[in-house]
Amino acid sequence: MTARSVQSLSGALKLVFSHRLTRVNGAATCTQRHKSFYAPPPARYGGRHTVTLIPGDGIGPELSKHVCELFRFCCVPVDFEVVNVDSTKDSEDDINNAIMAIRRNGVALKGNIETNHNLPPSYKSRNNLLRTTLDLYANVMHCQSLPGVRTRHTNIDIMIIRENTEGEYSSLEHENVPGVVECLKIITRTKSLRIADYAFQTARASGRRRVTAVHKANIMKLADGLFLECCKEVASGYPEITFDSMIVDNTTMQLVSRPQQFDVMVMPNLYGNVVSNVCAGLVGGPGLVPGANYGTDYAVFETGTRNTGKSIANSNTANPTAMLLASCLLLDHLKLHAYASMLRRAILSTVSETRLHTADLGGHGSTSEVVRSVMNAVQSTGPLTLSI
Amino acid sequence: MAGNAWRSMLSQVGGATKPALSAAFSRRGMQTVTLIPGDGIGPEISAAVMKIFEAAKAPIQWEEKNVTAIKGPGGRWMIPSDAKESMDRSKIGLKGPLKTPIAAGHPSMNLLLRKTFDLYANVRPCVSIEGYKTPYTDVNLVTIRENTEGEYSGIEHLIVDGVVQSIKLITEDASRRIAEYAFEYARNNQRSSVTAVHKANIMRMSDGLFLRKCREVAENYKDIKFTEMYLDTVCLNMVQDPTQFDVLVMPNLYGDILSDLCAGLIGGLGVTPSGNIGANGVAIFESVHGTAPDIAGLDMANPTALLLSAVMMLRHMGLHELGSKIQMACFDTIRDKKVLTKDLGGNSKCSEFTDDICRRIQDM
Repeated sequence: MTARSVQSLSGALKLVFSHRLTRVNGAATCTQRHKSFYAPPPARYGGRHTVTLIPGDGIGPELSKHVCELFRFCCVPVDFEVVNVDSTKDSEDDINNAIMAIRRNGVALKGNIETNHNLPPSYKSRNNLLRTTLDLYANVMHCQSLPGVRTRHTNIDIMIIRENTEGEYSSLEHENVPGVVECLKIITRTKSLRIADYAFQTARASGRRRVTAVHKANIMKLADGLFLECCKEVASGYPEITFDSMIVDNTTMQLVSRPQQFDVMVMPNLYGNVVSNVCAGLVGGPGLVPGANYGTDYAVFETGTRNTGKSIANSNTANPTAMLLASCLLLDHLKLHAYASMLRRAILSTVSETRLHTADLGGHGSTSEVVRSVMNAVQSTGPLTLSI
Repeated sequence: MAGNAWRSMLSQVGGATKPALSAAFSRRGMQTVTLIPGDGIGPEISAAVMKIFEAAKAPIQWEEKNVTAIKGPGGRWMIPSDAKESMDRSKIGLKGPLKTPIAAGHPSMNLLLRKTFDLYANVRPCVSIEGYKTPYTDVNLVTIRENTEGEYSGIEHLIVDGVVQSIKLITEDASRRIAEYAFEYARNNQRSSVTAVHKANIMRMSDGLFLRKCREVAENYKDIKFTEMYLDTVCLNMVQDPTQFDVLVMPNLYGDILSDLCAGLIGGLGVTPSGNIGANGVAIFESVHGTAPDIAGLDMANPTALLLSAVMMLRHMGLHELGSKIQMACFDTIRDKKVLTKDLGGNSKCSEFTDDICRRIQDM
């Protein structure tokens, strides 16, 4: 299929699909604002949901396989439509196919797709393309101290909400004069209001008391100033939630000395990258934290820190916890809460077992052992499962 | 342990400017240093440092200057000419915290100083302090941050109502300069590796240019290991295991965030030294904490940051023994825990802390 026909096909699908949405689930087109009216993408084929699965690179394929295994074992009514994206190819057909599949199914689970940063700028980051095309504007990462994982800081419970589509990641760069490169950071009012609203909605829905905006408005007065202004505007509509702001360098300093002071944090794209990685490191590393990318119409779930894990690929040493917890977030999104909680309980009980800890947590366990243990935990709680 | 690490690591800061300094010493053996006390707690901590240096009989002649911005000919804001002349003559400066006025109409003082002397490299050695416990022990790294361009160029535009663009500028020259400085520093201070921190997967052209220059410069320094790492990976690994990092070199914004992150690892801005190296051999050492107006004048301030920056300055000037002496006295006082200021966990006065250090120096 040529690129042009793919685009026209995806355009046609969007037209058809959005029509369907307005007809069948009128409320779904409203933003996540009215969470109580939100309905997941319609399940098809007799109560079974179809979810796009993009294995990605590095440890992605093996972890995706484990998720499929686990779902089949627990008889979760989810079928995966696997779409492979080859990061070595120059053409964007693969990622466009993946995007089309996500538009079709409404929800996806993905591994990280590698970006070779030595390639010229014409090769765009596949992950970034996916996020911006589908307008997955909110990246949510919930960092919590897990029992059984030894870290320097305890009692951490931070929800990080990061603007996912603009800011420094706009990929707008040019070289006007040889040797001088300009990179544009775009901040818009609409997107800042949108992400601030999302943050406050989430805070209200989860009963959290405080939202902190992270910025650098003392230096980037217009850009981050606009972001901060939008956050303040939205904050005035939520009187029960305390709003404050903090400069990003101070934030990182506070995070490594006293992370317990933070509750919900909202920030533009790049600071979100830094802060979410710092928080993930604080609670135990990239293998433990799941991440979710929400848009108005679509949701994509992945590991929180978006690592490909190239160096440990196919060695059965990767920590599957992040990916498995991401799949639980996926189930919650599909309103399959019973399955989600069952799996989450099993996963958390496995994480608390020190002897099963994988290398990133300082142990010698293997990926398959961890998954096996989760399956055992699920089976022991009684629901119908396949045999191991 | 950390004490030895401090001693060996801060042995010779700023290798590139050594020849000029011996000339400055020939005059009566006294080196003139331009001292900028600053605002808030600035004057008290500067006085504390001067007192300690006097007790140590340091061959330093302080020239106190004020750098409140004045409007020069042509309407451009600049620092007073006598301050500039003094700095150009002495080439070494020690600066306390400067207040950034909100509505004074002129840019921040720090920015002004940076532009006036083309202070292109900000060097912050972060080493865990024995006696001041943080969850992170054995931190021993140096962050070298490009200080003139990058995201902080201050070029912003309102495109249409509700859309703002901020320009991040990366140039070949500045990237090469900072990379060269980083490798020079690593070589002169016996550091084994330099890591370039970037986000070239997303900002392909800008960070790509920065990376390319670092790689080019690395070719001339084969004795030093060069690695590249994404900013997010560095953050992730830094909070889990800071011992894996040695010298980090990066553009402005990442440098700002990472250097403060590393300062947080060792105990905060109140104990972190910092040096700014300029293009013409000028070097200004400063304390990076704020002016703390709430405790100004109450004799509660902690002079450690300014003192350690001053020690960095001594080493830069080649006075290693003296620097080590003063540093050891400072660390011994902190380790003893008897006269700590409030931010270090005690409730002594600044003057008591200072006197204790002076006493230790005199006893040595």
